[in-house]
Amino acid sequence: MTTVFGIPVAVILGQLMLGLVNGSFYALLSLGLAVIFGLMRVVNFAHGAFYTLGAFAALLGLQQLGINYWASLALAPLAVGLVGIAVERLLLRRVAGLDPLYGLLLTFGLALVCEGSLTKVFGATGQSYPVPPALAGAVNLGFMFLPLYRAWVIAVSIVVCFSTWFVIERTRLGATLRAATENAPLVQAFGVNVPLLVAATYGGGVALAALAGVLASPIVLVNSHMGSSLVIVVFAVVVIGGMGSILGSIVSGLALGIVEGFTKVIYPEASNVVIFLVMALVLILRPTGLFGRD
Amino acid sequence: MKLRTLTLATLAALAAAAGGPALAADDVVIGDIDDMSGVYADVMGAAGVEVVKWAAADFGGTVLGRKITVLSADHQNKPDIGAAKFREWADQNGLNLLLGGSNTGVNIAMAKVAAVKKVPIFNIGPGGASLTNEDCTAYSVHYTYDTVALANGTASAIVNAGGKTWFFLTADYAFGTQLQAAASKVVEAHGGKVLGAVRVPLGAADFSSFLLQAQASGAQVLGLSNAGTDFSNSLKAANEFGITKTMKPAALLAFITDIHSLTLQTAQGLYLTDAWYWDLNPETRAFGKRFFEKFGREPTMDQAGAYSATLTYLKAVKAVGSTDSDKVMAELKRTRINDMFTRGGYIRADGAMIHDMYVWQVKTPQESKYPWDYYKLVKKMSGEEAFGPITGLCPLAPAPR
Repeated sequence: MTTVFGIPVAVILGQLMLGLVNGSFYALLSLGLAVIFGLMRVVNFAHGAFYTLGAFAALLGLQQLGINYWASLALAPLAVGLVGIAVERLLLRRVAGLDPLYGLLLTFGLALVCEGSLTKVFGATGQSYPVPPALAGAVNLGFMFLPLYRAWVIAVSIVVCFSTWFVIERTRLGATLRAATENAPLVQAFGVNVPLLVAATYGGGVALAALAGVLASPIVLVNSHMGSSLVIVVFAVVVIGGMGSILGSIVSGLALGIVEGFTKVIYPEASNVVIFLVMALVLILRPTGLFGRD
Repeated sequence: MKLRTLTLATLAALAAAAGGPALAADDVVIGDIDDMSGVYADVMGAAGVEVVKWAAADFGGTVLGRKITVLSADHQNKPDIGAAKFREWADQNGLNLLLGGSNTGVNIAMAKVAAVKKVPIFNIGPGGASLTNEDCTAYSVHYTYDTVALANGTASAIVNAGGKTWFFLTADYAFGTQLQAAASKVVEAHGGKVLGAVRVPLGAADFSSFLLQAQASGAQVLGLSNAGTDFSNSLKAANEFGITKTMKPAALLAFITDIHSLTLQTAQGLYLTDAWYWDLNPETRAFGKRFFEKFGREPTMDQAGAYSATLTYLKAVKAVGSTDSDKVMAELKRTRINDMFTRGGYIRADGAMIHDMYVWQVKTPQESKYPWDYYKLVKKMSGEEAFGPITGLCPLAPAPR
């Protein structure tokens, strides 16, 4: 068998693939964070909670209302996005313009309340969400046995991430959004409803987190804690990509998934810290992040 | 405005400090410090506290003419919080017995407090056998199960059924590594071979990379030396990646709530070891029914163990006519325990409660006839077989010659 640095090529390709799957989740989640931070300057610590809510929305939709996976893929982010808009209008708006610390504390508190309530109602153990029948089974790639569902996750994530990037960086709507962050009063003077734009931005970022939650639900047990450990990693991804950089969050999300994948083979004990090591290095060498602008 | 906020905050803090049940000076106080909100909260948690209260009420609500009070606190899986709360209750609330844990790391910290404060601690939920070995104290009882019993159950059953080569997926902390060490010993003692192991950080988001490494080892058995969500997510991924087609998964610690979460479709065929199952006999079924009516699920072995432990302690207090810790501990180590949790259980010199353990195999969806009908018996082990001989690592209990 061909080997590179003593590791069989098949193993390397397999880990590359799995890294991409995990990277897809990092990219989707960090994208939402980057959009929210970029346009609102809010460090959204509730992002993990919205991811969890997305998964629970899919689970409860299936159990209580018989909504299947495909419909949940659209409906759950919509529902959670509306919750996000309500949070922005009722709470976050009140701390807009203050020190970012207030927004951080507010969203962190929200995340704790959300996690605690879900534990209280649904317990801590979690529940299984079935893989949709059309995506059950696996393909043999020669070097590994890849479940179809994981391939689907990569595809959805890449399409959604680049569509979001396109909307923000290449369309008129995106240009207005970016202008509103630069100078809100001026944009408002041109007749643009800036508060609505901000609420929609937060709702959109939150909906991305919920979408990641729906995508994750057939892979992991749906439980109240699923978002809390992930959100820290995703923050590191955003910092590495450059706070607020859309493209940075997508590329670094995917890349760090792969870095983490290889660490799991070379030195598994470090797989939960490797991303933070990369973050420290990036902060030393390029404090604005890989794609950040000064 | 600022002053008013400050006043309110101070008042709130005072109210919180004064909260909790008012204690009469001569109450018999039983405390439970457990994971109430984290990943192990369903294994014991708030339902476990309720069960302790049931035991106190079933005993009559009083012992030696003194009212029995139950306190509870959340250790958040942090050893310092657990130890500090234990110390506070011992100093200020006249604590007579501490139950709980559900986390070996927290229980090791609390055992040190038990030794200093001379308050008995019944370890209900933690697995680490070090609690009756290098971390033992004169006031410790390890009640429900330990890593040695789990390994003796599951690992020996699988090796004897032909699973000779093993690869471990191990949670990278005290519990996971102790469990792996115990299981490896059993595998080798029965003529099997450990081909490798991978240490997985606690709470990993994805297990597939580790599972592919396990598969690449060519081992016949996938030893899951982890618990809770980590166990469930690793087994789920093993199914998804088709690893369970070539490797036989072995759950070194699985609670019935985990199997319920995973569903029989995913968990079928799995071997596991448990101290107690709701569907064992009329008494266990009665307890299961009572629990189900209140919580909508069947109890775990920890919850059954907590009920039994509370009764065992109260019976000993009644027998010696005192809550003096040394007298009660002496009585506890003299008597046999007979209730719905165990028949003829006894507490050994090192603090291990020796009782029967059961090796189960999870039923297929076709075999399961009614709700929560999940296990079929593979083997019943005597307490001596399950917990093994005294090792001599605990100074209270020299190894037999």
